[in-house]
Amino acid sequence: MKQFTHLLTDPVGLHARPAGQLAKLAAGFACNIRLATPENEADAKRILAVMKLAAKQNTPLTITCEGIDEEMAAAAISEFLAANL
Amino acid sequence: MKQGKGIPAFAGIAVGKVCLLQRNRPIDTTGSGDPQQEQESFARACKEADAQLEQLAEHARKDLGEEQVMILEVQQMMLQDQDFLDNVTVKIRKGASAAQAALDAGKECSAEFAALDDEYMKARAADIQDIARRLAAILSNQDAISLPEPAIVLAEDLGPSETIQLPRENILALVTKQGSTNSHTAILARTLNIPSLVQTEIELSPELAGRQMAVDGFTGTYTLDPDEQTIKALNACRNAQSQKVRELEAWRGKPSVTQSGKTVRIYANIGNVEDAKAAMCGDAEGIGLLRSEFLYLGREDYPNEQELYTAYRSVVDTMQGKPVIVRTIDIGADKRADYLGLKEEENPALGERGIRFCLGREDVFCTGLRAIYRAAAGGPVSIMFPMIASAWEVEKARSICESVEAELTAQGIAHGKPEIGVMIETPAAAICSEQLAQMVDFFSVGTNDLTQYLLAADRQNAAVMPYCDPHHPAVLNMLAYIAESAHKAGIWAGICGELAADPQLTERFLKMGFDELSVAPGEVLALRKRVCESEV
Repeated sequence: MKQFTHLLTDPVGLHARPAGQLAKLAAGFACNIRLATPENEADAKRILAVMKLAAKQNTPLTITCEGIDEEMAAAAISEFLAANL
Repeated sequence: MKQGKGIPAFAGIAVGKVCLLQRNRPIDTTGSGDPQQEQESFARACKEADAQLEQLAEHARKDLGEEQVMILEVQQMMLQDQDFLDNVTVKIRKGASAAQAALDAGKECSAEFAALDDEYMKARAADIQDIARRLAAILSNQDAISLPEPAIVLAEDLGPSETIQLPRENILALVTKQGSTNSHTAILARTLNIPSLVQTEIELSPELAGRQMAVDGFTGTYTLDPDEQTIKALNACRNAQSQKVRELEAWRGKPSVTQSGKTVRIYANIGNVEDAKAAMCGDAEGIGLLRSEFLYLGREDYPNEQELYTAYRSVVDTMQGKPVIVRTIDIGADKRADYLGLKEEENPALGERGIRFCLGREDVFCTGLRAIYRAAAGGPVSIMFPMIASAWEVEKARSICESVEAELTAQGIAHGKPEIGVMIETPAAAICSEQLAQMVDFFSVGTNDLTQYLLAADRQNAAVMPYCDPHHPAVLNMLAYIAESAHKAGIWAGICGELAADPQLTERFLKMGFDELSVAPGEVLALRKRVCESEV
């Protein structure tokens, strides 16, 4: 299992487009990927669930990857979050 | 002739036939009765919907701008959402037709979004319903929306794909019963520059189709079956306005400098977060007055620091580095909310209001200040105190600011260092302006209150209107003195009252040496034109 935390710095938070891009990216990996805010949790491969987190700026997001390609998934998602959110 | 009101989402005037877009056009939801066949139809409809969205996005990329493109791309992604697809499959397995299953799943999912405590995500409910409707329409072989001739589009609300499918050259105006100034309707109206009303008080019945309607996006009124006189008046107004608007566009992006080279900053007065966008659209050079009251009124309990911070920060972010001057809470017995527990006052204008309220409720004041200091980490922010009459009030307020700042520093919370100014709106502050100028970074004159206090004429009382004249020499002499006092102390002075936009006084204010004028977002360009044409 690979787990890490990312603090949302984007002023509008985790809005629709990056949620979609994230879901798309996550869907490319075989492992199970969970996305959690302090209040809620979602399957990172599902755009609507990710959007429903309504994660705002300064929210710590915890990402958990579990499965065969967890290393690669965690690295790719970490890179995406750092670049976009 | 019948008139009604709506909230103007975009200014302008239109007269034409009503085209009624009925969202709930009956969709044929009778299916084959065979779940497997329905599931296959659904899969085909998804492919078709994706292709349609792709085509719309293509079209939007050329014509409609990034905002619309993004909505479509997100919809394409939603179309692949496993939760949504699973929900539809379950419904089909239970015997629903594909069209019905799509509509129901869309409704359930959009309800979840509508219930979120986040304005942006709430607005996404419309996007989801829109996809479901698209799927159902494809499944029931329904035709796309058509608008064969120029018309005023009247609808319950418009989804993103509807707003894109409408042939733009034929839309005279958009009028919706629902929607907000944040809605797709409003975005489209702004993009296309056409008049638009949202949250309109109107009953949508089929008999409205084809009737004449006049829409006035300046005042937020519509008229059904307008008579000749109304149309004439509106047309005259439209011609004058569009001519004026065209002329003013020439001043967009220009520096506000007079013929002799004197620069004045032209800022905007705003009353909420949304208005900041209007200020940017209006080409304001900053926010000269952010009224904080909207954060406190019309609610059940005090806003917390995070809420306040989010609102201030969002204004700062919207302004993209342009200065924002936040006025601390200006609440009194005439602007109240129950939870504030304000006592009934005989004379609210002379009562416990503005800074007096804040100094009496230090906890409320501090929470607000913390939020402002934190928002200042994101861009240039200044603070100003309303209703100042004496030097000791400024000292007290400043010392509270200092302790707030020290506390944030001690807690390691990111914050900025706002400049601190005062509103000059009491005669006492105006007369003592030389002394006050030593204590602050800037002045901003609130001419509405200054006038009423100087002339002892209640600005709310229609009977004393003739006595409440802001052009009175007492007011104008005072203004000149305030500017002089500021400059003597080396600080700047601005005007944020209604008077700042008064075309008859622009020259006078320039001569007095005011450094900043803050007006309604829509007045910025007109004021810049007058400044640039002035010889002063």
